[in-house]
Amino acid sequence: MFDTIARYLKSLFLLELLGGLAVTGRYLFRHKLTIQYPEAHTPLSPRFRGLHALRRYPNGEERCIACKLCEAVCPALAITIESDQREDGTRRTTRYEIDLFKCIYCGACEESCPVDSIVETSAFEYTFERFGEHIMTKSDLLKHGDQYEQRIRADRAADARYR
Amino acid sequence: MSNLILVIWTIIKIMMVMVPLLLSVAWLPYAERKIIGYMQIRIGPNRVGPRGWLQPIADAMKLMFKEITVPASANKVLFLLSPVLCIAAALGAWAVIPFSDALVLSNCNVGLLYVLAISSMGVYGIIIAGWASNSKYSFLGSMRSTAQMVAYEISMGFALVGVVVGAGSLNLGSIVHAQQGGLFHWFWFPMLPLLVIYFISAVAETNRAPFDVTEGESEIVAGFHLEYSGMSFAVFFLAEYANMILVSMLASLLFLGGWLSPFEGVPILGEPSIFWLLLKVSFFLLLYLWFRATFPRYRYDQIMRLGWKVFIPITIAWLLLIGALVVTGWAWWNV
Repeated sequence: MFDTIARYLKSLFLLELLGGLAVTGRYLFRHKLTIQYPEAHTPLSPRFRGLHALRRYPNGEERCIACKLCEAVCPALAITIESDQREDGTRRTTRYEIDLFKCIYCGACEESCPVDSIVETSAFEYTFERFGEHIMTKSDLLKHGDQYEQRIRADRAADARYR
Repeated sequence: MSNLILVIWTIIKIMMVMVPLLLSVAWLPYAERKIIGYMQIRIGPNRVGPRGWLQPIADAMKLMFKEITVPASANKVLFLLSPVLCIAAALGAWAVIPFSDALVLSNCNVGLLYVLAISSMGVYGIIIAGWASNSKYSFLGSMRSTAQMVAYEISMGFALVGVVVGAGSLNLGSIVHAQQGGLFHWFWFPMLPLLVIYFISAVAETNRAPFDVTEGESEIVAGFHLEYSGMSFAVFFLAEYANMILVSMLASLLFLGGWLSPFEGVPILGEPSIFWLLLKVSFFLLLYLWFRATFPRYRYDQIMRLGWKVFIPITIAWLLLIGALVVTGWAWWNV
């Protein structure tokens, strides 16, 4: 009985609503959390999985040995590899393509790679302007590898303890 | 010749009210986005111009260059007429709004009645828009709007009758004069429940959050203006914001003493001035935005229950009290 009356009074005097207004009123003066994106960036984890790259050894030799583990493990069937024997007798890929529209950025290729060749870099700001650009060819991937080697190495070093 | 001068002079006077009004209508959405952003610990629009101040111009340009599409099955005449009807009602009511003792377009003796009559016309624009669009969502939106407007017009009217009884006049200028004599002579004090009910009903009348079931993005996409694009949509938008300002203006004139100063008797600060009026209007507009940032949308049956079963009884009861105060001569303000 008293509970009912109290409830009626509470809603009649808009107490809950005023409480809500007080909360938003306080937040009006809070420090704003917006990060001005193109000028400022959110911190990225060293494990961030972005654009793919094929790495090289410091002597310039490409790491990939065409074992096709990544192709086999890829859940989205985004990787296509063809391989052949090079003049010096080593196995190398002749074709290494990743379809970025199929890729789900799971990182399984990176984990399966025995020579740490295919990696996902922390680069995520890329666009395609024409159809077909979404298929990353071997030369594209090697170019990314050369371009982002510093970042890739830094990310690996930061994450080395947990590997 | 003298007629021509009179016409030109009248047009100039109308412009003096309309231009500042439309400018504030343009920048009110910017204020809304900023304030709601701040309440959600974001910073709101800040890309166009310094701190985003030119955002309304960019928005206006975008809307102007967009195509006005008319649905194939719509009633074309009514479809294009309804935004005009909305904005006409929203702007027409400003004819009798006084800004100070001398600054008023038409010092009409039944000013308040005129405002009520004209602003009630606005709902026709919404109904016709929903019907002429020939779309289910639009029609649902306008149906909701109609029922809501009818319910809340009554409690709003009763709340205003309290003011009229208290002031003994329908002239907006005399109503402000009746509140002379300091903070506690303003009608908000003896008529606080009426002020609260008036303002909540006004929020419902202008179809703003938390009573925006007419638009109800999550259920009926955009309600009555779903099929509108470009400038025809922009006119609805302008009408909505012009109505918000009008309602805030009425609230400050009728309950917060209009252009009277809260520090009456103090030199300089105590002078009645249009700035006090604008300050009070801004306060009510801030409340609008604050509500929108705080409250979730009402359920439709709750809106109806609130309007019919809560607001109307309370307003009638308080009206009796005010009437008794006036009749017995215990009213401390100037009747």
